[in-house]
Amino acid sequence: MILDSKIPGGPISEKWTRHKFELKLVNPANKRKFTVIVVGTGLAGASAAASLGELGYNVKAFCIQDSPRRAHSIAAQGGINAAKNYTNDGDSVYRLFYDTVKGGDFRAREANVHRLAECSNLIIDQCVAQGVPFGRDYGGLLDNRSFGGAQVSRTFYARGQTGQQLLIGAYQAMMRQVAKGTVKMFPRRDMQDLVVIDGKARGIIVRNLVTGELESHEADAVCLCSGGYGNVFYLSTNAKGSNVSAAWSAYKKGAVFANPCYTQIHPTCIPVTGDHQSKLTLMSESLRNDGRVWVPKKAGDTRSPDQIPESERFYYLEEKYPSFGNLVPRDVASRNAKNVCDNGMGVGQSKLAVYLDFSDAIKRLGVSAVSAKYGNLFQMYEKITDENPYKVPMRIFPAVHYTMGGLWVDYNLMSTIPGCFVLGEANFSDHGANRLGASALMQGLADGYFVIPYTIGGYFASTKLEKISSTEKEFEVSKKESSERIHKLLNIKGKRTVSDIHRELGHIMWENVGMGRNKAGLEKALALIPELREEFWKNVNVLGSEGSFNQNLEHASRLADFLEFGELMAQDALHREESCGGHFREESQTEEGEAKRDDEKFCYVGAWEYKGNNQKPELSKEPLTFENVHLVTRSYK
Amino acid sequence: MSGNMNLTLKIWRQKDSKSKGQFETVKIGGISPDMSFLEMLDTVNEQQMKEGKEGFAFDHDCREGICGMCSLVINGMPHGPDHAITTCQLHMRKFKDGDTIVIEPWRASAFPVIRDCAVDRSAFDRIIQAGGFVSVNTGSAPDAATIAVPKDQADRAFDAAACVGCGACVAACKNSSAMLFVAAKVSHLSYLPQGKVEAKKRVLAMVAQMDKEGFGNCSNLYECQAACPKSITVDFIAKMNREYLGATALYAEKVYGEDM
Repeated sequence: MILDSKIPGGPISEKWTRHKFELKLVNPANKRKFTVIVVGTGLAGASAAASLGELGYNVKAFCIQDSPRRAHSIAAQGGINAAKNYTNDGDSVYRLFYDTVKGGDFRAREANVHRLAECSNLIIDQCVAQGVPFGRDYGGLLDNRSFGGAQVSRTFYARGQTGQQLLIGAYQAMMRQVAKGTVKMFPRRDMQDLVVIDGKARGIIVRNLVTGELESHEADAVCLCSGGYGNVFYLSTNAKGSNVSAAWSAYKKGAVFANPCYTQIHPTCIPVTGDHQSKLTLMSESLRNDGRVWVPKKAGDTRSPDQIPESERFYYLEEKYPSFGNLVPRDVASRNAKNVCDNGMGVGQSKLAVYLDFSDAIKRLGVSAVSAKYGNLFQMYEKITDENPYKVPMRIFPAVHYTMGGLWVDYNLMSTIPGCFVLGEANFSDHGANRLGASALMQGLADGYFVIPYTIGGYFASTKLEKISSTEKEFEVSKKESSERIHKLLNIKGKRTVSDIHRELGHIMWENVGMGRNKAGLEKALALIPELREEFWKNVNVLGSEGSFNQNLEHASRLADFLEFGELMAQDALHREESCGGHFREESQTEEGEAKRDDEKFCYVGAWEYKGNNQKPELSKEPLTFENVHLVTRSYK
Repeated sequence: MSGNMNLTLKIWRQKDSKSKGQFETVKIGGISPDMSFLEMLDTVNEQQMKEGKEGFAFDHDCREGICGMCSLVINGMPHGPDHAITTCQLHMRKFKDGDTIVIEPWRASAFPVIRDCAVDRSAFDRIIQAGGFVSVNTGSAPDAATIAVPKDQADRAFDAAACVGCGACVAACKNSSAMLFVAAKVSHLSYLPQGKVEAKKRVLAMVAQMDKEGFGNCSNLYECQAACPKSITVDFIAKMNREYLGATALYAEKVYGEDM
């Protein structure tokens, strides 16, 4: 398949402006004649639904939660980047663009990233106008901090709940449209299938999670804003309900899936306590601004941290990366934590943790200043671990957090299925192989507020869309297939619980497709996953009925998709014989153990096309060119 | 099994909104004090399912205290005995070996039970739809630094905005009043200059919708404040009442008709 990214011509800083002008427009009076389905109501979905509703489109929004305000964007803590340069420290749209391309380890599309940086300032304006209570200084102006390895202070924040505050802003904007009748909200709905008619996305099948009924919804375009696939690892910082199913159903209908192996492992999470663990909790990496990461120099040291003198502590990030220190990008911080633990220097009962120590910051700034910055995070840590981080160092360990890969989209955010757009974490385009801190919120909102309102108009204005209804045969076929799958799940009546099999899948993924990957491990995963999938379809026990609120069935259906998706992820990781960003192939590292890219062979987006059940998917490549930010080896020394 | 606590649970079972519910008693062992409350319930459900029974339905999602989806009344207390946290952040170390724990859904006529301990809180969304927003279309915002907001006001707005919309305040109130929720939402926006423009209309519309949804009157017992996982205080209810009075004076005719 030839992947046409449709990147506009002209210099990088003019591409988006030019493209917006060149896109055809839909007459204001005609917009209400177009129906847009939005799946997912996180930052990307809620902002898209609100903005499209404001323009006059007829929007139908769907979410799996009981209220759209609960989508997992809400859990983002740290902040959102923008190139406002309010701090006068040399920031600019170009610098944000540059940092993001470099931070993504040269595996993102330059044109998309530049557009993202251009939109960043508009997002802050929009959110402030909506009443998002960003942190302010005593002059009443917006405060900024440096975050996630940035050399400038460009991060806007709302205490430790930036994601929740931004989502409330987008959600309220969407609720305003619900009241006006332009947006119709469908909560507690789970997408089962994408309906494609005459080669175009024309609707979806959803399961009403309360009644179990399968519903058909037709539209002129479908926007998938369904988030990432981190839960393929079972344990991740994602919400329990986060899943790949919406994206996976589009993949099976012909949308190619790009770079599924790009996974971000976040360095500052609370370590696992036992097999009962149901999810992992992230603590904002803003903690690394003031916390110092260390382990005992001696492997197997069991002394309590206060008994270990300064000279016997290994501040490994500060020593290895003197200019960035504790603020190195996430992938570098995570890998180093894994390395010291692999070398026996880990702390805590499991030995799978490193210290994040605030004692110097408390000495320098005082308890109240530290509490003002991180109070809610410290409280959260204490509630979970029963330890007081003001007195003893936190213990942290990396955990799966974000997935940079996703459905392939062109510059208009359209997948390879015409009319199927993909926004936010669900697409692949802006973060390359590693996402910088405070960039996910920025991307979700840029896509929803400032990109899709233009590009969807361009699609409608230049596409002939036949009138259809939800009784077309394609809807009936999709509905029947969804129904049969549910029947099948409920009738296996095996011996293992859904969680039990999900945990096993997570274990396979974490061990073989996790922080350090190699050929043997990936091949092992590729052998184990199909076996486990077979085991699932033979031996899982899904209880309850289809016509009721059935959380076990929801979980089983999502796991069935993860059991297929995991294989694609391993396959992608195996084919990419280089290390880049969050994808670390042990065969491809420098003498010092840093990631080694292979730009000659792998400077492309790897996009996989579904070829049928149990058939090998086909790889297509979109070459990446770097005309503005020149390919260099990332160095944070 | 990773622990050694043994517990007796009395959990609410209810097939759907139309059926009558009842408590079911379950015994569970091997609970670790490091488990979260929901992980304990996961363990219960795993055990139930291994015995061929359907697990208990309960809402949850982020499991880190911010999405507001989890919602259990535990031993009579919304979100359980610990202070200023949601159920998903509650850990089993707050209980003792041998304890009996009673687990119920939010109980309020405005929050009908969907199944077992999962309830329908869409009434909250409808209250927001009535006016809980600033009317600003995408693209029409001025530069973010145009209006300075005094830090104390911004901080107060934030204190209110911390509401996660879980509904514990309603569950805690003997009148099932939603005053704390609505007050938090009204205050968040009215403390900020961006939200002041529509403040009067907003408070009237949101309070009217609150009444329409069937939430009760404020009991003045402050149970809501005690139950709130985000420590939102009843001061905001006082603020909302002031705003409401001011708004009714101005909008008297509109709200009550010309006879007022």
